Amino acid sequence: MIWINQILQGILLGGYYALIAAGLSFLFGVMRVINLAHGSLAVLAAFLLLVIDHWLGISPFVGLLLMLPAMALVGVVFQLGVLERSLRGGVLIPLLATFGVSLLLDNILFALFGANTRSFASHIGTLSYGSWAINRSIDISQLDALIFATALGLLGGMHLLLTRSQLGRMIRATAIDADAAALSGIDPRRVRVAAAAMAMMMVGIAGAALGMRSSFEPYAGGAQLIYAFEAVVIGGTGSLWGTLIGGIVLGIAQNVGATINPHLSQISGHVVFLLVLVLRMRGAGGLLGDLRRKIRRQPMAPT
Amino acid sequence: MSLLEVAHLTAGHGLLVACQNIAFSLEAGEVLALVGANGAGKTTLLRCLAGAHRPSQGQIQFAGADITSLAAHRRTAQGIALVPEGRRLFPDMTVLENLLVARAAKRSGDWSLATVLDALPQLRPILTRRAGQISGGQQQATAIGRALMTNPRLLLLDEVSLGLSPVAVEGVYAVLPRLIEAGIAIILVEQDLRRAMATADRLICMLEGQIVLQGPAADLTREAVTAAYFGLNRIAA
Repeated sequence: MIWINQILQGILLGGYYALIAAGLSFLFGVMRVINLAHGSLAVLAAFLLLVIDHWLGISPFVGLLLMLPAMALVGVVFQLGVLERSLRGGVLIPLLATFGVSLLLDNILFALFGANTRSFASHIGTLSYGSWAINRSIDISQLDALIFATALGLLGGMHLLLTRSQLGRMIRATAIDADAAALSGIDPRRVRVAAAAMAMMMVGIAGAALGMRSSFEPYAGGAQLIYAFEAVVIGGTGSLWGTLIGGIVLGIAQNVGATINPHLSQISGHVVFLLVLVLRMRGAGGLLGDLRRKIRRQPMAPT
Repeated sequence: MSLLEVAHLTAGHGLLVACQNIAFSLEAGEVLALVGANGAGKTTLLRCLAGAHRPSQGQIQFAGADITSLAAHRRTAQGIALVPEGRRLFPDMTVLENLLVARAAKRSGDWSLATVLDALPQLRPILTRRAGQISGGQQQATAIGRALMTNPRLLLLDEVSLGLSPVAVEGVYAVLPRLIEAGIAIILVEQDLRRAMATADRLICMLEGQIVLQGPAADLTREAVTAAYFGLNRIAA
């Protein structure tokens, strides 16, 4: 029964990983950019929610109504100020630029908020510890279930938007061939701005989930980026549902590892990630495989 | 006032000059055939007109407005649609999605999904199939349909028969009379001289990036066009 419980908890944990990975996967799918500032942006979202909560004294759930538009605005600025410009420089420049943004954000947040860890656990009442007992061995955390349902809803909503709406078609067309999209009347620049805004709203939801289910501090972004990256690589790029599967595999791996030995929790997740990464690097698919092919096509810059 | 006026247009790829000092005009509803050997600069010229390639010199006026520095999507919104060489469809999207995506141009007019499917009935049975999985002729029809969905006043057709079977070419060309009847001006890049001269009102022949012959298609003999096409006049001179 303990294994069933651990796998079930791993699936629920996978919902959080899918949530944190969705924005990274979406941005990569549209712009072929690995956003190394992804984790730091999620932490920024959590701090934004904290500030809103502190100033207005409202629930974090209500605060999302203010934080998400703010994150969309961050996405617009991020796209126009960083991604759009750095994309002109080839494949490696966006990596360096987003890494720079990550360092900048971490240190600005540290300067503003200090090193103390924060959490929304005390702001969401019994949801932070409430659970449903399935039987004597299995309990399901209400918050984990809510986060998993949110991940399902977000990914389902994105799937519908991309396949059923004109904006979704425009985003997909631009991702496939920006020049042909322009010849079809699409402004690729505006589409990319819209996509970045949507990605940052996803990051915002992930940041709120981070603050509710655990604690965060200014330098917490690195770990979130790693989880997101691992989920994207395991699930494969180009598929939002693949991101969910990747998150679930990562969550199960961590929980199964922790059951064998508590010290193996993180390592077992990384091992599964590395195994999938090696397989993908050898095969045709995968985010890094795609990047590797692009780098190979780039002529070496003169030194 | 002509629908399109091109003056002193020069464009290239790096150090290579693809077309040089090009000047011509096109009236509304007119069909112009652009012929020339591979590398003559036809595709670069069409891409300059559509905004997909930036000319180094010259001016393009469309419906009286200077569009030389206008982005491709804005030209589409003004009524210029390019069916590019190689189709450039979105292969992971269905045929229907490829058509609907061109609604982004937001131009009102006679062309809607229903009228496009009336003009290109071969698309009806394959609407839900991915564009990357259909035949070359069906892909070309989809590319033309996508261009029509933008409600163009000027349609630029770049080598629409390239790589297609004779039957597929007939299927693609069958739609042209309806487009001409609808008053759409067309610039047609075509390697098949006979077909180009039969379809067009006027013909321009390019050689090594320059216009070497132009005139009403009815007034030009096939021999004269062939001589210009291969640069035989230059050799004789």
